[in-house]
Amino acid sequence: MEINLEEQFQEKIDQEIKIEPRDWMPEKYRKTLLRQISQHAHSEIVGMLPEGNWITRAPNLRRKVALLAKVQDEAGHGLYLYSAAETLGMSRDEMLAELHSGKAKYSSIFNYPTLTWADMGAIGWLVDGAAIMNQVPLCRTSYGPYARAMVRVCKEESFHQRQGYEIMLTLSKGTAEQKALAQDALNRWWWPSIMMFGPNDDKSPNSAQSMKWKIKRFSNDELRQKFVDVTVSQAEILGLTIPDKDLKWNEARGHYDFGTINWDEFNEVVAGNGPCNKQRLKARVDAWEKGTWVREAAIAFAEKRAKRNNNSTEAA
Amino acid sequence: MSNKEWPLWEVFIRAKQGLNHKHVGSLHAADHQMAIENARDVYTRRMEGVSIWVVESKHLHANEPSDQDSLFDPANDKVYRHPTFYVLPEELNHM
Repeated sequence: MEINLEEQFQEKIDQEIKIEPRDWMPEKYRKTLLRQISQHAHSEIVGMLPEGNWITRAPNLRRKVALLAKVQDEAGHGLYLYSAAETLGMSRDEMLAELHSGKAKYSSIFNYPTLTWADMGAIGWLVDGAAIMNQVPLCRTSYGPYARAMVRVCKEESFHQRQGYEIMLTLSKGTAEQKALAQDALNRWWWPSIMMFGPNDDKSPNSAQSMKWKIKRFSNDELRQKFVDVTVSQAEILGLTIPDKDLKWNEARGHYDFGTINWDEFNEVVAGNGPCNKQRLKARVDAWEKGTWVREAAIAFAEKRAKRNNNSTEAA
Repeated sequence: MSNKEWPLWEVFIRAKQGLNHKHVGSLHAADHQMAIENARDVYTRRMEGVSIWVVESKHLHANEPSDQDSLFDPANDKVYRHPTFYVLPEELNHM
Protein backbone atom coordinates (compact mmCIF):
# COMPACT_ATOMS: atom_id res chain seq x y z
CA MET A 1 0.00 0.00 0.00
CA GLU A 2 2.76 2.41 1.05
CA ILE A 3 4.76 1.77 -2.14
CA ASN A 4 1.69 2.35 -4.23
CA LEU A 5 1.04 5.71 -2.57
CA GLU A 6 4.63 6.78 -3.12
CA GLU A 7 4.43 5.85 -6.78
CA GLN A 8 1.21 7.80 -7.20
CA PHE A 9 2.82 10.73 -5.43
CA GLN A 10 5.84 10.69 -7.74
CA GLU A 11 3.52 10.45 -10.75
CA LYS A 12 1.74 13.62 -9.64
CA ILE A 13 5.08 15.37 -9.20
CA ASP A 14 6.23 14.23 -12.65
CA GLN A 15 3.03 15.61 -14.17
CA GLU A 16 3.67 18.95 -12.44
CA ILE A 17 0.56 18.59 -10.27
CA LYS A 18 1.12 20.64 -7.12
CA ILE A 19 0.90 18.97 -3.73
CA GLU A 20 -1.51 20.63 -1.30
CA PRO A 21 -1.47 20.43 2.51
CA ARG A 22 -4.05 17.69 3.01
CA ASP A 23 -2.80 15.45 0.18
CA TRP A 24 -0.88 12.31 1.02
CA MET A 25 2.87 12.84 0.97
CA PRO A 26 5.90 10.78 1.99
CA GLU A 27 7.03 11.60 5.52
CA LYS A 28 10.47 12.54 4.21
CA TYR A 29 8.98 14.99 1.72
CA ARG A 30 7.07 16.64 4.56
CA LYS A 31 10.16 16.80 6.79
CA THR A 32 12.43 18.12 4.03
CA LEU A 33 9.98 20.88 3.21
CA LEU A 34 9.37 21.74 6.83
CA ARG A 35 13.09 22.10 7.40
CA GLN A 36 13.64 24.14 4.25
CA ILE A 37 10.64 26.46 4.60
CA SER A 38 11.18 27.12 8.31
CA GLN A 39 14.88 27.82 7.71
CA HIS A 40 13.88 30.15 4.95
CA ALA A 41 11.41 31.94 7.26
CA HIS A 42 14.02 32.22 10.02
CA SER A 43 16.46 33.69 7.49
CA GLU A 44 13.99 36.43 6.59
CA ILE A 45 13.43 37.29 10.24
CA VAL A 46 17.09 37.18 11.32
CA GLY A 47 17.92 38.95 8.06
CA MET A 48 16.16 42.05 9.38
CA LEU A 49 18.86 42.52 12.02
CA PRO A 50 21.96 43.45 9.96
CA GLU A 51 19.99 46.08 8.05
CA GLY A 52 17.92 47.24 11.01
CA ASN A 53 21.30 48.29 12.39
CA TRP A 54 21.44 51.15 9.84
CA ILE A 55 17.86 52.46 9.68
CA THR A 56 18.44 55.25 12.18
CA ARG A 57 21.74 56.18 10.50
CA ALA A 58 20.62 56.25 6.86
CA PRO A 59 22.25 59.21 5.09
CA ASN A 60 18.97 60.86 4.07
CA LEU A 61 15.22 60.46 4.22
CA ARG A 62 14.92 58.83 0.79
CA ARG A 63 17.37 56.10 1.81
CA LYS A 64 15.72 55.75 5.17
CA VAL A 65 12.17 55.15 3.92
CA ALA A 66 13.48 52.66 1.36
CA LEU A 67 15.49 50.70 3.92
CA LEU A 68 12.60 50.74 6.35
CA ALA A 69 10.25 49.42 3.65
CA LYS A 70 12.75 46.71 2.73
CA VAL A 71 13.14 45.53 6.30
CA GLN A 72 9.35 45.55 6.70
CA ASP A 73 9.08 43.41 3.56
CA GLU A 74 11.46 40.91 5.10
CA ALA A 75 9.21 40.64 8.14
CA GLY A 76 6.34 40.01 5.73
CA HIS A 77 8.32 37.38 3.84
CA GLY A 78 9.07 35.61 7.10
CA LEU A 79 5.36 35.58 7.92
CA TYR A 80 4.29 34.21 4.50
CA LEU A 81 6.83 31.44 4.91
CA TYR A 82 5.92 30.58 8.50
CA SER A 83 2.29 30.17 7.44
CA ALA A 84 3.34 27.94 4.54
CA ALA A 85 5.41 25.82 6.92
CA GLU A 86 2.55 25.57 9.41
CA THR A 87 0.42 23.79 6.80
CA LEU A 88 2.87 20.88 7.17
CA GLY A 89 1.83 20.35 10.77
CA MET A 90 4.26 22.24 12.99
CA SER A 91 3.06 25.19 15.06
CA ARG A 92 4.59 28.65 14.79
CA ASP A 93 5.73 28.53 18.42
CA GLU A 94 7.49 25.19 17.88
CA MET A 95 9.36 26.63 14.91
CA LEU A 96 10.40 29.69 16.90
CA ALA A 97 11.50 27.48 19.80
CA GLU A 98 13.75 25.57 17.39
CA LEU A 99 15.28 28.82 16.16
CA HIS A 100 15.83 30.10 19.69
CA SER A 101 17.39 26.85 20.93
CA GLY A 102 19.79 26.80 17.97
CA LYS A 103 18.30 23.56 16.60
CA ALA A 104 17.00 25.26 13.45
CA LYS A 105 19.40 27.10 11.19
CA TYR A 106 19.08 30.28 9.16
CA SER A 107 21.16 31.56 6.27
CA SER A 108 24.72 31.98 7.53
CA ILE A 109 25.19 35.25 5.60
CA PHE A 110 23.32 37.10 8.36
CA ASN A 111 26.06 36.27 10.84
CA TYR A 112 28.35 38.84 9.24
CA PRO A 113 28.42 42.41 10.63
CA THR A 114 27.25 45.53 8.79
CA LEU A 115 30.14 47.91 9.41
CA THR A 116 29.41 50.83 7.09
CA TRP A 117 26.52 52.35 5.14
CA ALA A 118 27.95 50.77 1.98
CA ASP A 119 27.02 47.39 3.45
CA MET A 120 23.36 48.31 2.88
CA GLY A 121 24.23 48.64 -0.79
CA ALA A 122 26.23 45.42 -0.95
CA ILE A 123 23.54 43.44 0.88
CA GLY A 124 20.76 44.62 -1.40
CA TRP A 125 22.83 44.03 -4.51
CA LEU A 126 24.57 40.76 -3.65
CA VAL A 127 22.67 39.08 -0.83
CA ASP A 128 19.23 39.88 -2.23
CA GLY A 129 20.57 39.15 -5.71
CA ALA A 130 21.69 35.69 -4.64
CA ALA A 131 18.40 35.17 -2.81
CA ILE A 132 16.44 36.07 -5.96
CA MET A 133 18.49 33.56 -7.97
CA ASN A 134 17.47 30.90 -5.45
CA GLN A 135 13.89 32.01 -5.06
CA VAL A 136 12.70 32.47 -8.62
CA PRO A 137 12.79 28.70 -9.35
CA LEU A 138 11.08 28.12 -5.99
CA CYS A 139 7.97 29.85 -7.38
CA ARG A 140 7.49 26.55 -9.27
CA THR A 141 8.33 24.26 -6.35
CA SER A 142 6.04 21.24 -6.03
CA TYR A 143 4.41 22.19 -2.72
CA GLY A 144 1.53 24.60 -3.37
CA PRO A 145 1.68 26.82 -0.25
CA TYR A 146 5.47 27.25 -0.58
CA ALA A 147 5.20 28.11 -4.28
CA ARG A 148 2.47 30.68 -3.60
CA ALA A 149 4.49 32.29 -0.80
CA MET A 150 7.49 32.50 -3.10
CA VAL A 151 5.50 34.22 -5.84
CA ARG A 152 4.67 36.99 -3.37
CA VAL A 153 8.24 37.16 -2.11
CA CYS A 154 9.74 37.39 -5.60
CA LYS A 155 7.37 40.17 -6.64
CA GLU A 156 8.66 42.28 -3.77
CA GLU A 157 12.30 41.26 -3.85
CA SER A 158 13.35 43.04 -7.03
CA PHE A 159 12.91 46.45 -5.39
CA HIS A 160 15.35 45.25 -2.71
CA GLN A 161 18.09 44.49 -5.16
CA ARG A 162 17.57 47.69 -7.13
CA GLN A 163 17.68 49.90 -4.02
CA GLY A 164 20.95 48.19 -2.98
CA TYR A 165 22.51 48.58 -6.39
CA GLU A 166 21.52 52.25 -6.46
CA ILE A 167 23.33 52.78 -3.15
CA MET A 168 26.45 51.12 -4.61
CA LEU A 169 26.14 53.21 -7.78
CA THR A 170 25.90 56.49 -5.87
CA LEU A 171 28.90 55.61 -3.70
CA SER A 172 31.01 54.40 -6.60
CA LYS A 173 30.34 57.63 -8.51
CA GLY A 174 31.07 59.71 -5.42
CA THR A 175 34.30 60.84 -3.77
CA ALA A 176 37.34 58.58 -3.64
CA GLU A 177 36.50 57.86 -0.03
CA GLN A 178 32.93 56.87 -0.91
CA LYS A 179 34.10 54.62 -3.72
CA ALA A 180 36.55 52.97 -1.32
CA LEU A 181 33.65 52.27 1.05
CA ALA A 182 31.76 50.56 -1.78
CA GLN A 183 34.81 48.48 -2.76
CA ASP A 184 35.40 47.49 0.87
CA ALA A 185 31.78 46.34 1.19
CA LEU A 186 32.08 44.29 -2.01
CA ASN A 187 35.31 42.75 -0.71
CA ARG A 188 33.65 41.62 2.50
CA TRP A 189 30.27 40.46 1.05
CA TRP A 190 31.36 38.75 -2.17
CA TRP A 191 32.51 35.40 -0.82
CA PRO A 192 29.78 35.00 1.81
CA SER A 193 27.25 35.81 -0.96
CA ILE A 194 28.39 33.03 -3.26
CA MET A 195 28.45 30.68 -0.27
CA MET A 196 24.72 31.35 0.12
CA PHE A 197 23.99 28.75 -2.57
CA GLY A 198 25.22 26.06 -0.20
CA PRO A 199 27.82 23.29 -0.53
CA ASN A 200 29.06 22.07 -3.91
CA ASP A 201 26.78 19.51 -5.56
CA ASP A 202 29.01 16.54 -4.72
CA LYS A 203 28.86 17.58 -1.04
CA SER A 204 25.10 18.06 -0.99
CA PRO A 205 23.64 14.58 -0.43
CA ASN A 206 19.96 15.56 -0.14
CA SER A 207 19.88 17.57 -3.35
CA ALA A 208 19.13 14.63 -5.68
CA GLN A 209 15.98 13.67 -3.76
CA SER A 210 14.86 17.31 -3.58
CA MET A 211 15.30 17.60 -7.34
CA LYS A 212 13.35 14.37 -7.93
CA TRP A 213 10.50 15.74 -5.80
CA LYS A 214 10.83 19.05 -7.64
CA ILE A 215 11.29 20.95 -4.41
CA LYS A 216 14.46 22.25 -6.06
CA ARG A 217 14.74 22.86 -9.79
CA PHE A 218 18.44 23.67 -10.08
CA SER A 219 21.47 22.45 -8.16
CA ASN A 220 23.53 24.65 -5.83
CA ASP A 221 26.41 24.90 -8.30
CA GLU A 222 24.14 25.74 -11.25
CA LEU A 223 22.57 28.62 -9.34
CA ARG A 224 25.93 29.85 -8.05
CA GLN A 225 27.32 29.89 -11.60
CA LYS A 226 24.30 31.83 -12.85
CA PHE A 227 24.77 34.37 -10.09
CA VAL A 228 28.47 34.86 -10.81
CA ASP A 229 27.76 35.17 -14.54
CA VAL A 230 25.22 37.99 -14.14
CA THR A 231 27.05 39.80 -11.34
CA VAL A 232 30.38 40.34 -13.11
CA SER A 233 29.04 42.91 -15.56
CA GLN A 234 27.09 44.63 -12.77
CA ALA A 235 30.39 45.13 -10.91
CA GLU A 236 31.95 46.51 -14.10
CA ILE A 237 29.20 49.13 -14.41
CA LEU A 238 30.02 50.19 -10.86
CA GLY A 239 33.73 50.29 -11.67
CA LEU A 240 34.42 47.97 -8.74
CA THR A 241 36.61 44.87 -8.63
CA ILE A 242 35.31 41.50 -7.51
CA PRO A 243 37.86 40.19 -4.98
CA ASP A 244 38.76 36.97 -6.84
CA LYS A 245 41.98 36.79 -8.85
CA ASP A 246 40.83 33.56 -10.52
CA LEU A 247 37.68 35.12 -11.91
CA LYS A 248 37.83 35.02 -15.70
CA TRP A 249 35.63 34.32 -18.71
CA ASN A 250 35.88 30.77 -20.00
CA GLU A 251 35.02 30.79 -23.68
CA ALA A 252 34.71 27.01 -23.91
CA ARG A 253 32.27 26.72 -21.02
CA GLY A 254 30.46 29.95 -21.82
CA HIS A 255 30.69 30.85 -18.14
CA TYR A 256 32.98 32.66 -15.75
CA ASP A 257 35.48 30.52 -13.87
CA PHE A 258 35.96 31.55 -10.27
CA GLY A 259 38.22 30.75 -7.36
CA THR A 260 37.83 28.10 -4.67
CA ILE A 261 35.39 28.90 -1.92
CA ASN A 262 36.70 28.73 1.65
CA TRP A 263 34.32 26.06 2.92
CA ASP A 264 36.06 25.91 6.28
CA GLU A 265 34.87 29.44 6.92
CA PHE A 266 31.35 28.49 5.79
CA ASN A 267 31.27 25.46 8.08
CA GLU A 268 32.56 27.50 11.01
CA VAL A 269 29.79 30.10 10.56
CA VAL A 270 27.11 27.39 10.16
CA ALA A 271 28.46 25.74 13.33
CA GLY A 272 27.80 28.97 15.23
CA ASN A 273 31.25 30.53 15.22
CA GLY A 274 30.70 33.39 12.76
CA PRO A 275 31.33 37.00 13.80
CA CYS A 276 27.72 37.71 14.89
CA ASN A 277 25.99 34.35 15.53
CA LYS A 278 25.60 34.93 19.27
CA GLN A 279 24.47 38.52 18.86
CA ARG A 280 21.83 37.61 16.23
CA LEU A 281 20.35 34.76 18.23
CA LYS A 282 20.34 36.81 21.41
CA ALA A 283 18.44 39.61 19.65
CA ARG A 284 15.75 37.11 18.56
CA VAL A 285 15.50 35.43 21.97
CA ASP A 286 15.33 38.81 23.74
CA ALA A 287 12.57 39.99 21.40
CA TRP A 288 10.60 36.82 22.10
CA GLU A 289 11.04 37.00 25.86
CA LYS A 290 10.37 40.70 26.16
CA GLY A 291 7.25 40.27 24.01
CA THR A 292 5.77 37.58 26.24
CA TRP A 293 3.65 39.99 28.28
CA VAL A 294 2.28 41.56 25.10
CA ARG A 295 1.21 38.21 23.68
CA GLU A 296 -0.39 37.25 26.99
CA ALA A 297 -2.14 40.59 27.43
CA ALA A 298 -3.58 40.42 23.90
CA ILE A 299 -5.03 36.95 24.56
CA ALA A 300 -6.44 38.04 27.93
CA PHE A 301 -8.04 41.11 26.34
CA ALA A 302 -9.53 39.07 23.49
CA GLU A 303 -10.98 36.57 25.96
CA LYS A 304 -12.43 39.29 28.14
CA ARG A 305 -14.04 41.00 25.19
CA ALA A 306 -15.47 37.75 23.82
CA LYS A 307 -16.99 37.03 27.22
CA ARG A 308 -18.49 40.51 27.47
CA ASN A 309 -20.01 40.18 24.00
CA ASN A 310 -21.51 36.82 24.92
CA ASN A 311 -23.04 38.25 28.10
CA SER A 312 -24.59 41.18 26.29
CA THR A 313 -26.16 38.91 23.62
CA GLU A 314 -27.59 36.73 26.37
CA ALA A 315 -29.07 39.76 28.14
CA ALA A 316 -30.68 40.90 24.92
CA MET B 1 3.65 32.03 31.85
CA SER B 2 0.92 30.91 29.48
CA ASN B 3 1.95 28.88 26.46
CA LYS B 4 -1.11 29.79 24.48
CA GLU B 5 -0.48 30.61 20.84
CA TRP B 6 -2.57 33.29 19.18
CA PRO B 7 -5.15 31.58 16.96
CA LEU B 8 -4.63 31.19 13.22
CA TRP B 9 -6.75 33.23 10.78
CA GLU B 10 -7.27 32.80 7.05
CA VAL B 11 -7.11 36.04 5.10
CA PHE B 12 -9.20 36.92 2.02
CA ILE B 13 -8.62 40.09 0.03
CA ARG B 14 -10.69 41.92 -2.54
CA ALA B 15 -8.12 43.36 -4.96
CA LYS B 16 -10.50 46.01 -6.29
CA GLN B 17 -14.19 46.85 -6.40
CA GLY B 18 -16.05 44.36 -8.57
CA LEU B 19 -13.81 41.37 -7.82
CA ASN B 20 -14.46 38.66 -5.27
CA HIS B 21 -12.39 38.17 -2.15
CA LYS B 22 -9.59 35.73 -2.72
CA HIS B 23 -7.65 33.66 -0.23
CA VAL B 24 -4.12 35.05 0.16
CA GLY B 25 -2.69 33.26 3.18
CA SER B 26 -2.94 33.09 6.93
CA LEU B 27 -1.61 34.76 10.04
CA HIS B 28 -1.81 34.70 13.83
CA ALA B 29 -3.72 37.27 15.87
CA ALA B 30 -5.38 37.44 19.27
CA ASP B 31 -8.76 38.52 17.85
CA HIS B 32 -10.47 39.47 14.60
CA GLN B 33 -9.62 43.14 14.90
CA MET B 34 -5.92 42.42 15.26
CA ALA B 35 -6.19 39.87 12.44
CA ILE B 36 -7.51 42.59 10.10
CA GLU B 37 -4.81 45.03 11.18
CA ASN B 38 -2.08 42.43 10.72
CA ALA B 39 -3.52 41.37 7.37
CA ARG B 40 -3.29 44.97 6.26
CA ASP B 41 0.43 45.03 7.13
CA VAL B 42 1.30 41.56 5.88
CA TYR B 43 -0.77 41.27 2.70
CA THR B 44 -1.52 44.79 1.43
CA ARG B 45 1.71 46.77 1.64
CA ARG B 46 1.45 47.68 -2.04
CA MET B 47 -2.21 48.50 -2.58
CA GLU B 48 -3.12 44.86 -3.17
CA GLY B 49 -6.56 45.29 -1.65
CA VAL B 50 -9.60 47.41 -0.90
CA SER B 51 -11.33 45.01 1.49
CA ILE B 52 -10.19 42.31 3.92
CA TRP B 53 -12.04 39.30 5.32
CA VAL B 54 -10.57 37.21 8.11
CA VAL B 55 -11.95 33.88 9.31
CA GLU B 56 -10.54 31.93 12.19
CA SER B 57 -9.03 28.85 10.54
CA LYS B 58 -10.83 26.43 12.86
CA HIS B 59 -14.15 27.57 11.37
CA LEU B 60 -13.23 26.52 7.84
CA HIS B 61 -14.47 23.12 6.69
CA ALA B 62 -13.18 21.29 3.65
CA ASN B 63 -13.82 18.03 1.84
CA GLU B 64 -11.37 15.18 2.26
CA PRO B 65 -8.87 15.01 -0.63
CA SER B 66 -9.79 11.31 -0.87
CA ASP B 67 -13.38 12.28 -1.75
CA GLN B 68 -12.17 14.11 -4.81
CA ASP B 69 -13.22 11.39 -7.27
CA SER B 70 -16.73 10.91 -5.95
CA LEU B 71 -17.32 14.63 -5.60
CA PHE B 72 -16.00 15.91 -8.90
CA ASP B 73 -15.94 13.03 -11.36
CA PRO B 74 -19.67 12.84 -12.19
CA ALA B 75 -19.40 16.09 -14.16
CA ASN B 76 -16.86 14.58 -16.54
CA ASP B 77 -19.31 12.61 -18.73
CA LYS B 78 -21.94 15.35 -18.95
CA VAL B 79 -20.68 17.10 -22.04
CA TYR B 80 -24.25 18.12 -22.87
CA ARG B 81 -23.84 20.80 -20.22
CA HIS B 82 -21.51 22.65 -22.55
CA PRO B 83 -22.64 24.76 -25.52
CA THR B 84 -20.31 23.04 -27.99
CA PHE B 85 -22.26 19.78 -27.56
CA TYR B 86 -25.04 21.11 -29.79
CA VAL B 87 -24.58 20.97 -33.56
CA LEU B 88 -26.11 24.00 -35.23
CA PRO B 89 -25.88 25.38 -38.79
CA GLU B 90 -23.02 27.80 -39.41
CA GLU B 91 -25.27 30.51 -40.85
CA LEU B 92 -26.71 30.91 -37.40
CA ASN B 93 -23.52 32.83 -36.58
CA HIS B 94 -23.41 33.72 -32.91
CA MET B 95 -25.55 31.78 -30.53
